Amino acid sequence: MTNLPLLSIILFTPLAGAILLLFVSGKHENGIRWIANIVTLAGFLVSLPLWFWYDVQSPEFQFVERHVWIPSIGAQYFLGVDGFSVLLILLTTLMGFIAVLSSWTAITERVKEYYIFLLVLQTGMIGAFVSLDFLLFFLFWEVMLVPMYFLIGIWGSDRRLYSAIKFFLYTLVGSVVMLLGILALYFYQYSVTNVYTFDVTEFQRLSLPFGLQRWVFLAFFLGFAIKVPMFPFHTWLPDAHTDAPTAGSVILAAVLLKMGTYGFIRFSLPILPEATRFFVPMMAFLSIVGIVYGALVAMAQSDWKRLVAYSSVSHMAMVMLGMFALNPVGITGSIVQQLNHGISTGALFLLVGVVYERRHTRLIGEYGGLSKVMPVYAAIFLVMTMSSIGLPALNGFIGELLILQGVFVASRLWAAFAASGIVLGAAYMLWLYQRTMFGKIENPKNEHLPDLTLREFATFVPLLVLAVWIGLYPAPFLRRLDSTVSRVVARVNPLYDQERAADAGVRPPADQRAGAAGPAVAGGTR
Amino acid sequence: MPAGLSAGDFFYILPEIVLAAGALVLLVVDVLVSRARQDVLAAVTLIVLGATAVALLPVADAHVSIARGLVAVDRFALFFKVLFLVAAALTVLMSVRYLRVEGASAGEYYFLILCATLGMMFMAGGTDLITLFIGLETMAVSFYILAGFIKPNRRSNEAAIKYFLLGAFSLGILLYGMSLLYGLSGSTNLATIATALAGQERDPRLVLAVVLVVAGLGFKIAAVPFHMWAPDVYEGAPTPVTAFLSVGSKAASFAMALRILVESLPAMRLQGAEGPVIGWSLMLYVLAILTMSWGNLAAVTQSNLKRMLAYSSIAHAGYVLIGVIAGSTRGVAAALIYLMIYAFMQLGAFSVIVMLRREDSVGDELKDLNGLYFRRPFAALAMLFFMLSLGGIPPTAGFMGKFWLFGAAIESGYVWLAVIGVLNSAISLYYYVRVVVFMWLKNEPSGSDPVVNPAMATAVAIALAATLLLGVYPGPLFEFAEASARTLGVAELVQVVR
Repeated sequence: MTNLPLLSIILFTPLAGAILLLFVSGKHENGIRWIANIVTLAGFLVSLPLWFWYDVQSPEFQFVERHVWIPSIGAQYFLGVDGFSVLLILLTTLMGFIAVLSSWTAITERVKEYYIFLLVLQTGMIGAFVSLDFLLFFLFWEVMLVPMYFLIGIWGSDRRLYSAIKFFLYTLVGSVVMLLGILALYFYQYSVTNVYTFDVTEFQRLSLPFGLQRWVFLAFFLGFAIKVPMFPFHTWLPDAHTDAPTAGSVILAAVLLKMGTYGFIRFSLPILPEATRFFVPMMAFLSIVGIVYGALVAMAQSDWKRLVAYSSVSHMAMVMLGMFALNPVGITGSIVQQLNHGISTGALFLLVGVVYERRHTRLIGEYGGLSKVMPVYAAIFLVMTMSSIGLPALNGFIGELLILQGVFVASRLWAAFAASGIVLGAAYMLWLYQRTMFGKIENPKNEHLPDLTLREFATFVPLLVLAVWIGLYPAPFLRRLDSTVSRVVARVNPLYDQERAADAGVRPPADQRAGAAGPAVAGGTR
Repeated sequence: MPAGLSAGDFFYILPEIVLAAGALVLLVVDVLVSRARQDVLAAVTLIVLGATAVALLPVADAHVSIARGLVAVDRFALFFKVLFLVAAALTVLMSVRYLRVEGASAGEYYFLILCATLGMMFMAGGTDLITLFIGLETMAVSFYILAGFIKPNRRSNEAAIKYFLLGAFSLGILLYGMSLLYGLSGSTNLATIATALAGQERDPRLVLAVVLVVAGLGFKIAAVPFHMWAPDVYEGAPTPVTAFLSVGSKAASFAMALRILVESLPAMRLQGAEGPVIGWSLMLYVLAILTMSWGNLAAVTQSNLKRMLAYSSIAHAGYVLIGVIAGSTRGVAAALIYLMIYAFMQLGAFSVIVMLRREDSVGDELKDLNGLYFRRPFAALAMLFFMLSLGGIPPTAGFMGKFWLFGAAIESGYVWLAVIGVLNSAISLYYYVRVVVFMWLKNEPSGSDPVVNPAMATAVAIALAATLLLGVYPGPLFEFAEASARTLGVAELVQVVR
């Protein structure tokens, strides 16, 4: 087990599949579909040991692989995971399989290229989550851009070229500026230690001067905030989502957006703690604007997919707000909510894809009364709507509760805004449900829509299971986050424990440290 | 012997001798073979280039000054010689079919390619203003003829005339600067100039000399505002010549600029109370910003592929200038690395364009790429990687090159230059990706199917392999470039700076 390069296997399984597909003739469309499905399923299966073998007790990065890569600049092939990245990798491999499975009948043109791009994208995403070398991380981060560009640009709808280039350039501008931030860290590290390295764990031990921290934070902010996307950098998202093919939207919502939040938690917070605290008001303000603005705009949409896209803006802003509460509960909630957003928004995009494949329109006004002809579909849509708006017993509730709890400790005013976002979220989602599922079928084209096929149903099963699992018994997930969250909080907010103890006046600090995921939460759910 | 070469010197310039002799042999072979069998000439040219490369091996570790200080044989020269030989070889490979389609005579063409390469080698190795200038002339004259090589084509003629007139003009400016340097220092030897000029940094005539040298070399590397000739010449010249011009000539001019600025004018780098009124790093700073920004913005609006790549090549000269400005060993190494990487990706991109030249299609408009993926999937795939590399997207070599350049800029404190650089590379992606869009997203082919012959396929394959390999495993290139940069006397330069 220790010698098995598990992370490399997970990382390169999709790439191997892509290379295999290169050599298959484009004429064997069904063969290509089978190969892509088997490869992504295998990719998911090989990632499962991460869940079981991950040692919850150990605060260290695990499954570490470290090899020399470019010795002259100190770059390494350095992989490793903690609880946070384990969960995101599992989300990636699962959503990758679901995305591929959902494309079976939706994609009929250039099938081979489509699956090759999806598989390359998969490797890029996993690579970003497992890299502990900053240069390697950046490499995978950029690798994701190109396949996504093609997925939107070739297989998208209406304004696909415009949306694809918009996505590409927005993300690229952010990431090249981020690269400068990485370089600034790199040379500072050298000036202090006389060693050239991109080792993230080394960076996390640095104490940078405050001035430099602020600049680097802003550079990282641009890269990550565009990806999240935070208001006011969100404008690429509705276009990209609307024009992407279903699988593209699913991957974009479920995994790509998490790159931004992952970047904040993995890099910005622990490497730049003082700057992070300095910028909390700005981050909180932008998040709150995002929550309310995203929700209000979502309410005004007539396009089903655009509505879900704007709901993403709102939900991801909530994730950011929880993170910048900078306490264990808030950060735990932020991470859990990232998973939830992946599950529920991924499912919502799949659901739009199902009807789009049947009707080729996304206008909400074209639908209505679908629950009569598609009862199974309507039932799944209902569960996912409830999950998205945070109904108790489903996953969204846990995430939002933790975030609100963390935010409340930081500022009651923020909590009030966050709560308003949840209310608005319920409004637009339920209204969407009402307009599409209930009422009479007024459009004759909708009268004979077939319900879900077995394959389509299969794409939803794992998501339903996860929604209920996290909703009812989140402890296994929270347990895996303990060490990550306490490590991040110890770096970014080292006084938190003491302040907390002083405030409460009853709990000794030692107890706090032991239950670092937040005593109220971890204690309550276990 | 009072002057000239000693016996030992011949050993060190054996590569140049092999190349010159080979070029003459080529002329003889040209007379012997019939016009129908011109491929033989390409083979001979490749053999000459290969023999030159082999002749480089024994002197690879040398670090000597020969012929009474006229020429240096060091790592720095070696790096560029390798670059020139590779570039020339790839150019020859992509020319074989092009010349047949154009009906041009191959013998003189390959001869001129070899002559240009010879000139470049002296531009990299020269340590005397005279040697450098003769090298530059040898290269430039060869290119004047090559640019107009397709005689029936009026645009090719126009390109040649424009290049000749503006080239002669720029050489005049450069020569004027050099003569001022000679007048002020009493020597044409770079090292002697450096010592003779010590203490004269505030002399305005010296500043004028530096301005003229920078302007003259600015023409050669096509830096804005000295770039006006480049788009027309690049568009009109035969495509393989454009490729060689944009890679070889540019790299050689950079080698020469580094030699002159770093070896003979280190004290003129930064302005200050002791130093000159205006240092060359500030001049280059302004040039670099103008060059990157204008090159990229102009490229965005082009519909002709060659013209677009001409503007993009202007922008790339701006990136390389960042390394020169940084002035550290890392900066010079970054410039070297980038020039090498740029050679592969630029020649690769041009070889795909050459592939599009058929009897019934000129093939240098963006729309000629329409649906290339469906006709030549591997050519399109290669072009995709060349474009991504030119734009600096990992895992291609272009990213590693840019990474190294911007890193050098940040290390030397030129943060804003790096910021402008990265924003420019984001802009550039817009037009590089557009090329890809044409290949993949549209499907209305024009003209007959592109034909791939083995020579062409080899060129694309070599360029692609290098672009990808250097993208994921650039370590050896980095080390080679650093070792080369160190021989340039940059260590002393850094002491002057700090």
